[in-house]
Amino acid sequence: MSTVLNRIGLPRDAYKGAATTLCAGCGHNSITNHLIKALFELGVEPHRLAKMSGIGCSSKTPAYFVERAHGFNGTHGRMPSLATGAHLANRHLVMLGVSGDGDTVAIGLGQFMHLVRRNVDCTYIIEDNGTYGLTKGQFSATADVGSVQKRGAVNTYQPIDPCAVALTLGCSFVARSFSGDGKQLVPLLKAAIAHRGTAVLDVISPCVTFNDHDGSTKSYAYVKEHEEQLHDLSFIPFFEEIHVDYEPGTSTEVVLHDGSHLVLEKVREDHDPTDRLAALRLIEESRSNGRLLTGLLYVDERMEDFATRERLPERPLFSLGEEDLRPGREAFDRLMAEFA
Amino acid sequence: MTPGQIINDLTFQAATVNGSGSQSANLVLTRAIFSMGIPVAPKNVFPSNIEGLPTWYQLRISARGYQARKGDPDVLVALNPATWASDLRSLRPGGAVVYEESYSTADARDDVDYFPVPFAKLARSEIRHETLRKQLTNMIYVGVVAGLLQIPFDRIEYGIQRVFQTKPKAWQPNVDAARVGYEYWRTHFADRQIRYALRPMQGATDGLMLIEGNQAAALGCIMGGCTVAAWYPITPSSSLCESLSAYADRFRVDPVTGERKMAIVQAEDELAAVGIAIGAGWAGARAMTSTSGPGISLMAESAGLAYYAEVPVVIFDIQRVGPSTGLPTRTSQGDVGFVSILSHGDTRHLVLLPGTVEECYEFAQAAFDLADRFQTPVFVLSDLDLGMNLWMTRPFSYPERPFDRGKVLTADDLARLEGRWGRYRDVDGDGIPYRTLPGTEHPAAGYFTRGSGHDENARYTEDAEVYARNMDRLARKLENAREALPEPLVDSSAASPVGLIAYGSTHHAVVEARDLLAEQGLKVDYLRLRALPMARSVADFVAAHERVYVVEQNRDGQGYDILRLGLPAELAGRMRSIRHYDGRPIPAEAITRPLLELEAVPV
Repeated sequence: MSTVLNRIGLPRDAYKGAATTLCAGCGHNSITNHLIKALFELGVEPHRLAKMSGIGCSSKTPAYFVERAHGFNGTHGRMPSLATGAHLANRHLVMLGVSGDGDTVAIGLGQFMHLVRRNVDCTYIIEDNGTYGLTKGQFSATADVGSVQKRGAVNTYQPIDPCAVALTLGCSFVARSFSGDGKQLVPLLKAAIAHRGTAVLDVISPCVTFNDHDGSTKSYAYVKEHEEQLHDLSFIPFFEEIHVDYEPGTSTEVVLHDGSHLVLEKVREDHDPTDRLAALRLIEESRSNGRLLTGLLYVDERMEDFATRERLPERPLFSLGEEDLRPGREAFDRLMAEFA
Repeated sequence: MTPGQIINDLTFQAATVNGSGSQSANLVLTRAIFSMGIPVAPKNVFPSNIEGLPTWYQLRISARGYQARKGDPDVLVALNPATWASDLRSLRPGGAVVYEESYSTADARDDVDYFPVPFAKLARSEIRHETLRKQLTNMIYVGVVAGLLQIPFDRIEYGIQRVFQTKPKAWQPNVDAARVGYEYWRTHFADRQIRYALRPMQGATDGLMLIEGNQAAALGCIMGGCTVAAWYPITPSSSLCESLSAYADRFRVDPVTGERKMAIVQAEDELAAVGIAIGAGWAGARAMTSTSGPGISLMAESAGLAYYAEVPVVIFDIQRVGPSTGLPTRTSQGDVGFVSILSHGDTRHLVLLPGTVEECYEFAQAAFDLADRFQTPVFVLSDLDLGMNLWMTRPFSYPERPFDRGKVLTADDLARLEGRWGRYRDVDGDGIPYRTLPGTEHPAAGYFTRGSGHDENARYTEDAEVYARNMDRLARKLENAREALPEPLVDSSAASPVGLIAYGSTHHAVVEARDLLAEQGLKVDYLRLRALPMARSVADFVAAHERVYVVEQNRDGQGYDILRLGLPAELAGRMRSIRHYDGRPIPAEAITRPLLELEAVPV
């Protein structure tokens, strides 16, 4: 039996992790599998991958893929700052943050917004189920008005839409998808990882235990029925030639900084993913129509990422030694003389 | 010299309104006097405000070089009508006051000398510089004080050039304004003697310089190889990272490419600041954050993460007065108890306690070595007095040692070990495990860092024995750190039955208090604690004395409690506590007075 190897010579198994401890059928497990596929197909070097997470069911998942990579499961809502620091120390790491709706838009909303504001080169996946699973089913801040809890309580508060938040902050890559839609999610994951800057990917991921019933707007049935796709997506990594079939005039191409291409084929209408206002309008229109808009909402490949704007050297900061970091004796003595 | 005149020993105080530019005037006086070879010790007492509230600048001038605050002033400049009455009351008998002549002296005291000056009128008629008139008015009092204290005018000119080092255009207008005051003194007061005078000295300040503790700590970060700093503005810590930014601009920017070998991030809050520092420490950079009281409270959760996940990080706490917002611009040592165990659960930290600006510089460097070596947060506890005031010091030494990066396994090491290692395995029996950095190119390099329960291979576990064993190792690791920290400095030369223990900036009041006590026939020995957990030699010091006084600047005797808990039970009873906590730097008399009272009580 022959094993398929990716461009760096690794089999798909090299991207697997420990066995999941989440509930059977959890949307998060699907996302993990799609991530494994995306990372394998992209040929990301496992040792360069930094898996960052906070607290919650979603934040456990980095243990379930790419065992060889480094991971950091930090404190609740604080993953963005840990990722920012790690990226500054070593800008060659492939930063992959996995968070949840509680971790991102409740306790971690401030850090999430500032990560986006700084455009730290980082993929930020929100495994969004609208509920607190580990603490047994409380509403999260992404739960829709009118959502019903398993035990009957009705949510009366407005949801926070992480994609809308990211867009208003000028996030350089904003997308939404559904854990059960690998066809859409895998290319989006690849594009997010190839993107230089903060890529926010909100993935609706039903909680089979607490939020997969009739009153939930984040159940499998509800999402399947109400999902509205912006485009059909193809991702062509920089190391592959472009050969897709599409009708001229119905497709758009986005070139990512590393030379990869994201090809968007028209489904509903011609959404220009470089038009931020249009993206916000579409989100709002879909929401008021009771629909869930998925796909690539916005991308800006020109925006400088944090490390570039901070003018950090190519050589990672962590690797610099005394000779790089200490001023020489003469410069030091001159400084001392200025205090005399 | 006039008989009875006091030479080179006084406290000068300027009472002004903040935001009026008086700081430059006060610095000119300080630099002028320092350049006469006379030891100086300035203290700012300022409001948490931008403009319009009372502010005081106190300049201790002491031939013996004492740098502690000395209570009430001997010479006062009063330019704030709002505090005029209380400022005048604070003047020591026999003192002199220079004040705006329009202030009422109707019910003034008769045991001080009055020097009314029409500052407002002089400013209007003599200072032509419209836009700078407010600031330059302060230079008028510099001229008057120079006359009164017999500071040669060329020293004032030097002081102006020194303070406005980078702004030569400001020299002449400031010199002119100072001369207005000096001429006013000559015309109106030259024939009047006051009790205090300054004379140039030899040998007292040779080779010394003036620097703030926060500047010194920032320079220590540069020399210690810090490459990532994250902070959120908070008084009195802000000037540390601002100084760090200035040094990074000067020493860490490639002149050709403009690349910066340092990232300094102004974070959105202290939660993020410490998170960025921990993330960077995890990825192998030498990383720090700096904050004060409220910020330290916010960092508590992450401090526990870094302790338990064993991530090196350096955290400066420039202490101010609490609880809560407290007095943001006043000094304190009120965080020592909290910080030493910062975070929930069984958390313990290494805490360095610099007592001088030189130690701010040295300990900042040492903190990065210790954090890397012990893979744990290291706190550097300074305070507002040490951090934001100028202190005399000998110039700092250029570091002779390379960085100690601790136990880090490279890809080659892993190849040699054939990939067999465990992140939290105690291979060497010292409690310190080996770590790898993200990005290390070896299949076995990666591991999963977490704040949740973990085994020797960093895998999640809730196993009771594994948890307890790991916690025991962490305790052993910090126990071993004890003797690697800056050791206590002991002076037992008095061979006295009485000992003093102090830490941090309280040191300077202790130095003076010991002299004062000796003059009264009570010599006392002294141990200065410079780190926590405390060295074993502290117990030896206590054992060698019948009564040991712990002096500190907080209400609850936090250091006293920590010391007693760490001592053998039979020694704890020898400990006594002296506390000063009004927000102003501790003066020597806040030690001598209670100590003499307590000594009078039979044991």
